[in-house]
Amino acid sequence: MPHIPLPPDLPGIRGAMAFRPETARPLNAIVEILLTGPSTLSPGERELIATYVSSRNCTHYCASIHGAIAAAHLGGNEALVKQVKTDFTQADITPKLKALLNIAGKVQQDGKLVTTADVEAARQQGATDLEIHDTVLIAAAFCMYNRYVDGLGTVQPDDEALYRERGRRVARDGYVTVSEEYLASHALAAH
Amino acid sequence: MPHIALPEGLPGISAGFAFRPETAKPMRELAHILLHEPSSLTPGERELIATYVSSRNCTQFCELSHGAAAASHLGDKSIVEKVKSNFAEAPISDKLKALLAIAGKVQQDGKLVTSADIDAARQQGATDLEIHDTVLIAAAFSMYNRYVDGLGTWQPREPEMYAQMGKQLAEHGYRTASVREPVGVS
Repeated sequence: MPHIPLPPDLPGIRGAMAFRPETARPLNAIVEILLTGPSTLSPGERELIATYVSSRNCTHYCASIHGAIAAAHLGGNEALVKQVKTDFTQADITPKLKALLNIAGKVQQDGKLVTTADVEAARQQGATDLEIHDTVLIAAAFCMYNRYVDGLGTVQPDDEALYRERGRRVARDGYVTVSEEYLASHALAAH
Repeated sequence: MPHIALPEGLPGISAGFAFRPETAKPMRELAHILLHEPSSLTPGERELIATYVSSRNCTQFCELSHGAAAASHLGDKSIVEKVKSNFAEAPISDKLKALLAIAGKVQQDGKLVTSADIDAARQQGATDLEIHDTVLIAAAFSMYNRYVDGLGTWQPREPEMYAQMGKQLAEHGYRTASVREPVGVS
């Protein structure tokens, strides 16, 4: 049961966003730019960072939906997503992404844990300043989304098929477009 | 030294915002709505929540700038210090104390918030929207704090700089930059 009355048909962050559309807009804009905007990191790589941070925060909804979006970007490779969550050092991803995931994991705990050596290691694998910036901000932003989803006690379903289906849609259409559908239908329902 | 080549002379989050204006825009907008736009919680109360979370995350820049904004709204610095050291003894409403308890849990992990925490806030008159915004302010500062720390931004200590920034934030909010020009290092 959510701590406040959220629309029952919208699980996870969607219920919270429908409750407060004013803050939903910038929240969706942040994730849209970071995960789907132009970047030298692929959308799949960025979704893996979001999934990894959400998994470490034990926020089931975010870990599942971003894992599903990552898989959709990565040709349906759910095994790779699982491997990144359990032990990314053994995953079939680039050394650059491994170095960035290491930074993301530090930010997830506390930004002050990131060392010059962590950043140097990423640079040696070819990471740019912008990629390092975006990795830090993706990790920081998911510490927000995860706490928002958990702190309101939102409904976080177990049904993997639900995440898989929605993951494909978000990977195809993006966050803002998909969110406009449920934000609009709820604004309509409220009147 | 920042971990990446951030514009020199801009403290804390201002440097991250100047480095990446695309993400700065919605991040500013979110803070503006949560802390500055009309709400049944006063701007001073909401700045206290932001300050408390930043203080618990030990992010000096955010703690001092939002503490200064809170002091500017409230016309009283001592309340800010009391909220940071022990809010239970601070001269604030019982409702705000109950909301700070929720914010402190969200700062650690949102799953720590219990129905009893929510009921305690409701008994002091907190509305659903106030509870929502408290959770989101605490969550958002878990982002801003990590962003500022994770980039290794410059976090000066000069109280005068923060007092000026706090006044600017209290008066104008977050849509525009509170620090536009590089700050001299004294």
